[in-house]
Amino acid sequence: MVEISDIRDVLKSLESLKGVVDTLSDDDDLFEKGLDSFGSVQLMLALEERFDIEFPDSALGRRSFSTIRIIRDTVAGLRQQEAA
Amino acid sequence: MDQSLSSDLLPAADEVSFVGTLPEPAEPRSFLDRLFDRGLLIRTGVDGLYGRSGAFESVVEALDRLVSRIGAADGAEVLRFPPGMARASFERSGYLKGFPHLAGTVHSFCGNEADHARLLACLDADEDWTAKQAATDIVLTPAACYPLYPVAAARGRLPEGGLLFDLQSYCFRHEPSLEPTRMQLFRMREYVRMGTPEQVLAFRELWLTRGTTMMSDLGLPLAIDPANDPFFGRAGKMLANNQRAQALKFELNVPVNSEDKPTACLSFNYHQDHFGTTWGIAQADGTTAHTACVGFGLERITLALLRHHGLDLDAWPAEVRARLFG
Repeated sequence: MVEISDIRDVLKSLESLKGVVDTLSDDDDLFEKGLDSFGSVQLMLALEERFDIEFPDSALGRRSFSTIRIIRDTVAGLRQQEAA
Repeated sequence: MDQSLSSDLLPAADEVSFVGTLPEPAEPRSFLDRLFDRGLLIRTGVDGLYGRSGAFESVVEALDRLVSRIGAADGAEVLRFPPGMARASFERSGYLKGFPHLAGTVHSFCGNEADHARLLACLDADEDWTAKQAATDIVLTPAACYPLYPVAAARGRLPEGGLLFDLQSYCFRHEPSLEPTRMQLFRMREYVRMGTPEQVLAFRELWLTRGTTMMSDLGLPLAIDPANDPFFGRAGKMLANNQRAQALKFELNVPVNSEDKPTACLSFNYHQDHFGTTWGIAQADGTTAHTACVGFGLERITLALLRHHGLDLDAWPAEVRARLFG
């Protein structure tokens, strides 16, 4: 099970968001809160390492990383697929 | 005929005659081979690194002048940099985040006399002689506007109306290819706009229109397409998807090597505040500047003209010649 708090932990490792993570709601647009393109790449790599997953090409876009809730759902979906 | 993808895009059986002294080729000669046969490009032994004939250069220079005429009323500040930039600036630019595979660094011999002797011995033995080559302070310019940003930043805040620059440089990209349109050293002409998001987006719109008119007036078939830069690796896939999703880059494509994979001859790029943030370029009110550029691949446009109007410049349509050389 992937918890929202796990996603927040990963976000705190990012230079562009670490100062504001605790003020974010689960549905805030991270790109509006300071996440940039290179930051989203770092986020993608950090999530892959933390959860031992690989994002498919179709998920490599801003949308998959736009809010904490969407990230949690995407990561949970990938974990389920890999377990199946 | 010039407006359609003419027979000129097919292997040109009718042009084999000018290599009459050679045996009949087993396969149709490629566009690159025909450019060599004709002396328009000159082989160096490295794919993507070519000499240019006087005729080829006359087209490159005419295009350069044409771009100047189209943009003349805008009063851009002209700056010309050599095809190398300061390594420190290059490192700060972020180029290595996206394009480590395309970068070219300048290395020079930094050994002593004994190292020199070893270098010569290695050369003689056909072994790797580069052990004592070390990175210099110079990196080959990857895009004509890269040397500009630190210079602009050093001037302080932009004036109220922003700034507009006119650049041209040989650029290097490490991507050996047999497509003549993918050279490793080529010239890029650019206009770069710095200012508010509204100012730089209006600039990009203006050049989308101007560029389309310029190329269709040259008798070239074209399409404007959303595009992305050739970012490296899986991270690059994400950057490319983001770039497309935000409509940051458009290319003006002309079929040159094939209809399936047309060649980007012009590009129209909105960098948002990427360079403004990287270099600390501020607008008049102190907020981070946005930037945009239009780039013209001078060799690529030349090759598109040669492909569509033929390899004999004198036989090009009169209106095209008038526009370029008139």
